[in-house]
Amino acid sequence: MNAADKKRLLREMLFARRFEERCYEAYVERKIGGFLHLYPGEEACAFGVLDAARPGHDYVITGYRDHVHALKCGADPKKVMAELFGKETGSSKGRGGSMHIFDAEHRFMGGYALVGGPFPLAVGMAKGIKMKGGDEISICFLGDAANNQGTFHESLNMAALWELPVLFVCENNLYGIGTRIDRSTAVIEQHKRVQAYNIPSNQVDGQDIEQVYAAAKIAVDHVRSGKGPYFLELMTYRYRGHSMSDSNAYRAKEEERMWGKRDPIIILRDRLIEAGELGMDDYKRMDDEVLEFIEKEVIKFAEESPEPKLEELEKYVLAENDPYVRGGVH
Amino acid sequence: MAVMMYWEAIRRAHDEEMARDPLVICMGEDIGVVGGTYKATQGLYDKYGPERVIDTPISENSYTGLGIGASFLGIRPIIEIMSVNFAWLATDQIFNSAAKVRYMSGGQLTAPVVIRSPGGTAHQLGAQHSARMEKVFMGIAGLRVVTPSSPRQAYGLLKSAVRCNDPVFINEHELMYNMKGEVPDAEYFHPLEGSEVTRAGKDVTLFGYNISVHWCVQAAEQLAKDGIDCEVIDLYSLSPLNRAGIKKSVSKTHRAIVVEEAEAPVGVGSEVMAIINEECFFELDVAPVRVSAVNVPIPYNHHLEKAAIPNAKKVVEAVRKMLGK
Ligand SMILES: Cc1ncc(C[n+]2csc(CCOP(=O)(O)OP(=O)(O)O)c2C)c(N)n1
Ligand SMILES: [Mg+2]
Repeated sequence: MNAADKKRLLREMLFARRFEERCYEAYVERKIGGFLHLYPGEEACAFGVLDAARPGHDYVITGYRDHVHALKCGADPKKVMAELFGKETGSSKGRGGSMHIFDAEHRFMGGYALVGGPFPLAVGMAKGIKMKGGDEISICFLGDAANNQGTFHESLNMAALWELPVLFVCENNLYGIGTRIDRSTAVIEQHKRVQAYNIPSNQVDGQDIEQVYAAAKIAVDHVRSGKGPYFLELMTYRYRGHSMSDSNAYRAKEEERMWGKRDPIIILRDRLIEAGELGMDDYKRMDDEVLEFIEKEVIKFAEESPEPKLEELEKYVLAENDPYVRGGVH
Repeated sequence: MAVMMYWEAIRRAHDEEMARDPLVICMGEDIGVVGGTYKATQGLYDKYGPERVIDTPISENSYTGLGIGASFLGIRPIIEIMSVNFAWLATDQIFNSAAKVRYMSGGQLTAPVVIRSPGGTAHQLGAQHSARMEKVFMGIAGLRVVTPSSPRQAYGLLKSAVRCNDPVFINEHELMYNMKGEVPDAEYFHPLEGSEVTRAGKDVTLFGYNISVHWCVQAAEQLAKDGIDCEVIDLYSLSPLNRAGIKKSVSKTHRAIVVEEAEAPVGVGSEVMAIINEECFFELDVAPVRVSAVNVPIPYNHHLEKAAIPNAKKVVEAVRKMLGK
């Protein structure tokens, strides 16, 4: 990774951080409703992995903590924010909301609210890729606690059995809502759990984007070269509550402080400063630009966009004008 | 009688049953240390310990199956599933194991489990967190389905469900946990079968259950100002439905409207209308109608969401239309 790449990634991560923080404010202002799960603290996972892959070309799927993965795949932040505001211009036309960001054009195949639901979908996309003979891979980002669903084991088995091109990325933030991993999971090291399926795996520090990138490069190359699935575990931490309704009371303050010192953005920034590639003033300027863009472009667009029309409540339930509904075209 | 919230009433029932019988346990995601998403098990972890107040992994089908298996040996699990949308994952064990084991074994085994879960549309939680699935549960032989509309019912139905030897599914509602109401001070067991007359009236019967009872009552109060006298029947038992109670009320008012938060197809409304046909068709003055959700996955957008779900106003409109007033 050269200095220019690092600076670009710093800006992208900073953008994601500020985007999420602005979502928090918009939620407090009641512009955003429902459940809102934010990503601060975990940025190096999505950016490190996807920078080593081909975002927009590879198929990506995840859970409800999905805004940032969508952005890195190429989704327009204006449309993502408009979705959170429930607007017709949103990425899912205001029908989906925070947990259901989709951008098929950029092959971001969605955010899903049921824990463990995306595993088989990711394997199915890999099956599709293999049948169609493409060079894409399927990438599934999920949390640590999702690995206790049956779908995890069932999907790993099929992915390995049929040598499908799927990369499982486990964002291990040590908690499933308020339950710490050692209280829910017999084998804490998630990368060890996949060994039973003969799937190669690795575990790296998810706060250091260079380490994530390097490990992801190996993982992506493995999967893309047709050798079957791979499992990458990234050790990370979420800086906020599980969702907006979570007080975080179950976490030790000392633990939060420790991880707070390992902020992926600060780690990369300081490394660039130390190497003389970046000045503190450059960083400050970068931050100002990001904030200004979010306010003047992203939020403005979301606020000014129209609501969906009530007459269109039933649109998108089923296909429109499918000829086979009437027995096909002759 | 003490006034308490719906969640407090559920918590009290847990606490009393666990204090009485060491074989009563409760299990679910974040119910122990955190005390439950809706506080229904708050404080029980400290009181009864991790052997009996079990924080489960996110493995709905298997921890529900585990609870069912334990019940074969006489354990009385109260299983909380955080949302009925996640209970879909556990339907294999609920439908294929709990509901059928008594029959398949010729009465040798029983599965006295209680499964509690909130089902309903809250605020903008999107399609995968807003479904109502009581219609599916009530169609399964071997399973009892009850759905409390008040703290009193929430308390009394859980108490009876724990003691009952059948598997009981209790359908709660996310928007109702903070609802207040009177609960008897003395121990109280609400019947698992039957229905209640929430408000007596003579012009038209409004059938509701769970949250829709409240829409019916609000509508009735509003219509009373115009001299329209509605009877409100609370179908707190969805399986079995109270045929006698349905017949009695329709024979009195000769008009029926079923109000359900779920979409109409294969729903409580279809079932109640079928029972009316079978039990008292000739008592009807006018064809019964349903007030139900629009048949869509629930949208995120606030306005679309409101448009998709019934409310008291839509009930009032349906009554006026039926009566031509
Ligand atoms: C099937 C299902 N069960 C339960 C939930 C409630 N729930 C939402 S997120 C979550 C924790 C998931 O933790 P993890 O997989 O580690 O992801 P994280 O949120 O930490 O990123 C739970 C229990 C759900 N959404 N779906
Ligand atoms: Mg987690």
